[in-house]
Amino acid sequence: MGNTPEAVPQASTHTNRLVRWLDERFGWEQLIAPLRHKTVPVHKLSYWYFLGGMTLFLFMIQVLTGILLLLYYRPSANEAFESVQYIMTQVQFGWLVRSIHSWSANLMIFTAFAHMFSVLFLRAYTKPRELTWITGMVLLFLALGFGFSGYLLPWNTLAFFATKVGTQITGQVPVIGKPLLIFLRGGEEVTGATLTRFFGFHVALLPGITTLMITLHILLIQRLGMSVPRGLEAAWKELPPNKRETPFFPNFFAHELMAWYVALGVLGALAALYPWELGSKADPFAVAPAGIRPEWYFMFMFQTLKLIPAKVGPIDGELLGILGFGLVGLIWVLLPFLGGDRYGRRQVFIRGLGVFALAYMFSMTIYGYMAAK
Amino acid sequence: MDHAETVTRHEPARRRFMQFLLGGGLLASAASFLYPILRYLVPPAATDLGGDSVVAAKVGDLKPNSGKIFRFGSRPGLLVLTADGEYRAMSAVCTHLNCTVQYRGDVREVWCACHNGFYDLNGRNVAGPPPRPLESYDVHIKGDEIFVSRRRRA
Amino acid sequence: MTTRITRRPWLLAFAAACFLLSAALCGAQTQPQAAKSSCVECHSSFPAPTGVTEEQWAADIHAQKGLTCASCHGGDPKDASPEGAMSKKAGFRGKPKRTEIPALCAKCHSDGTYMRQYDPSLRTDQLAQYQTSVHGKRLARGDTKVAVCIDCHSVHGIRPAKDPRSTVNPLNVASTCARCHSDAAYMKDYKIKTDQFAGYSASVHHDAMAVRGDLSAPTCTTCHGNHGAAPPGVASVENVCSTCHVFQAQLFDTSPHKAAFQAMGTGSCITCHSNHRIVHPTDKLIGTGNESVCTNCHASGDPGFTAAARINDDLTKLDEALKRSDEVLDKAERSGMEVSQARLEEAQGHDSLIKARVTVHSFRPEKVEQDTQAGMKIADKTYKAGLQALAERDYRRKGLGLSLITIVVVLIGLRMYIRQIESRDQSGGS
Repeated sequence: MGNTPEAVPQASTHTNRLVRWLDERFGWEQLIAPLRHKTVPVHKLSYWYFLGGMTLFLFMIQVLTGILLLLYYRPSANEAFESVQYIMTQVQFGWLVRSIHSWSANLMIFTAFAHMFSVLFLRAYTKPRELTWITGMVLLFLALGFGFSGYLLPWNTLAFFATKVGTQITGQVPVIGKPLLIFLRGGEEVTGATLTRFFGFHVALLPGITTLMITLHILLIQRLGMSVPRGLEAAWKELPPNKRETPFFPNFFAHELMAWYVALGVLGALAALYPWELGSKADPFAVAPAGIRPEWYFMFMFQTLKLIPAKVGPIDGELLGILGFGLVGLIWVLLPFLGGDRYGRRQVFIRGLGVFALAYMFSMTIYGYMAAK
Repeated sequence: MDHAETVTRHEPARRRFMQFLLGGGLLASAASFLYPILRYLVPPAATDLGGDSVVAAKVGDLKPNSGKIFRFGSRPGLLVLTADGEYRAMSAVCTHLNCTVQYRGDVREVWCACHNGFYDLNGRNVAGPPPRPLESYDVHIKGDEIFVSRRRRA
Repeated sequence: MTTRITRRPWLLAFAAACFLLSAALCGAQTQPQAAKSSCVECHSSFPAPTGVTEEQWAADIHAQKGLTCASCHGGDPKDASPEGAMSKKAGFRGKPKRTEIPALCAKCHSDGTYMRQYDPSLRTDQLAQYQTSVHGKRLARGDTKVAVCIDCHSVHGIRPAKDPRSTVNPLNVASTCARCHSDAAYMKDYKIKTDQFAGYSASVHHDAMAVRGDLSAPTCTTCHGNHGAAPPGVASVENVCSTCHVFQAQLFDTSPHKAAFQAMGTGSCITCHSNHRIVHPTDKLIGTGNESVCTNCHASGDPGFTAAARINDDLTKLDEALKRSDEVLDKAERSGMEVSQARLEEAQGHDSLIKARVTVHSFRPEKVEQDTQAGMKIADKTYKAGLQALAERDYRRKGLGLSLITIVVVLIGLRMYIRQIESRDQSGGS
């Protein structure tokens, strides 16, 4: 196979010397040897493989822009809004860093969901990839947590009330709801204490857990290799010579790099043409303005809760909704154990569930926005 | 066969062009990403955020029985040093038609020049058209800087 | 069957005592302590005009202070029989004649020592004031159609002026006066108009009070007086208006209009602004257009005409300049640019326009120009700041364009690279 070092662009002698230096002290060649042999299957649906890497790339953008924002942001109720205003107006290219951070956050959550659904429909979560799925679901929830905690940090009116409503809903969970609410809010109400706490979650706690989860997730993928669609898996098992693969380095990675560059272009364009709004500073004593709504990725749940009647039989409607979503979330995490064999009949049901979920989320989000108008 | 020959003959030139394009593009794009980041790292000249707590003036800026307009957020504020040596601060936006008020040492009251409205040193509207008092602010002196901040409500 | 409670007599007594005590307390819980009188017992079932209900009387401030029907009407409220209660022996006065009413009320209300018992800060000169008023003077000549105390204050259900339900609360004064003064049939014999209430209702003063809730806004009594009600003479109109509109009056005094209006005998302020239908003035009120009042006296060619045109021009120009600057700042803000500093300065520009509109009352274009020029400078500055913000936005977009070009170059390069290694993989290395 053409996986010789010549396949990589001619490195200069300086790079060769550096590699040799590292190898003598670090075992560099042995370390990256598996990467040299890593291959990616090639088939009609190969393009879906990009979504995972794209999510990772956007996360790295978040870390970078986040660290830059940390240089100027002040996490106290008195100064948070003004510090973001300062970044947007006084800091050189502050507008760019902040707008990229906000846009990339939304794009990352979108690609995370798309990645999850593509894995679902390609049945890549079945044995032996159950743990990859579970770590992936945890990462999805962490991404939503990032979104929720980060949204409050500019301390503007919309964010303040969205947080108030969001934590209020959390408080409705039976038994643990109230303590959870107090833990999240840092008190009974949303105050400066909440801001400090959310800041801690957003820049320390969540990144720490996420790094661990990403490491696990990627290690598992490395160990288990890429899955292929069912039909192909059977065909290739029968006739191994038919297997079509491409080296990860440099071929697949070059493709991935193209995708990442396109993403950079999109982010830059969004930041320059549609800069992220500042809003008005949050006033805890003001009346909630009309049309308070969460970010789009929470909209479908929010709209569902609004549609459930106040009481369903003897049970409180909102509580029913929350429990319902909790149950669906649990089922989703446990899908690999509930779905049975990859070629089994239960898979049809799961595909149907996936289609329904996607359609539901999509239509509820749109409905939510139209209703808010 | 023919195609392969053509390919192999043009290959070194094509490869060099590709390397030039890719290397150059990567460098140029990296520069276009790094330039804003490096500029970003340099702190701007104006360091004051102008938030809920603002440095309105330095001790010694004001003479007794005089006032000064300062910027509070995106609205003007009024800082007064009374004849007795006490600092008072309040919003400078008249509650009648939003003109900017001023301190008058002759009558020792806050006055709006637009329609002759008067406020006392607590911000209460005492004469003329203003329908509501001016919002009062807290004053703290730290070192030689006079900080004005919004009243913390209970 | 004996129950536990009857087997223990002390328990029974205790329960009875509780019951009786609560009944007594309930009974004692009455509404405002109105003195019980036999008058109301009968008169509450009569129709108007002799009917007075318990509810009505209980709302009266006099009832709440412990006075009774007998305090004004005489008689004996403790006697249940009509003959005894309304006997001359008991001092019954019956329904007082209209001409007697002011004196009747003043018996207490002009007595300082007496009123001090109830409210030391209440004035006691109402009768004296009334006697100087048009109402008072006509009443003295025998005209019973004019207003007496009970016409404005109502009777048997009198509330203090502070009470928003009172007929003499500032919010209600105009409608109280209008009861007679807007009744064309009632006012037929008097030589005065009846359009005052209609005019006032359309005025900015009414708007300030009724719509914007400013209780210090003027109503009928503010300019005409309440007990001493009389229209201010032509010479005193400016004095009355200037109690609030100080600057306008000061400027007017320096203007050529002061002497002119005095000579003409028109009432200074009301010449241009009218007396009751005082609408919110716009810039169009001054000038030479068809909505202006200047052309009522001034004709083309005379200095007043030119001055009016100049003043209107200055005001309109400043207004337009501020609008233009506002638009460009809006545009910049919508594109995501931050312009709060310029907005702060823009507010000062608006200050100048407001001041200029007051300076109009000097009727001297040079004075108005002083204010408008200051405003124009500011509007110019903020407009430039807005343009700068838009230029910065365009600079950002150019920068974006450049980086997008480099990205496209990389994409092309990568594409070529991929093609090359793939073709090499296919043909070259096995």
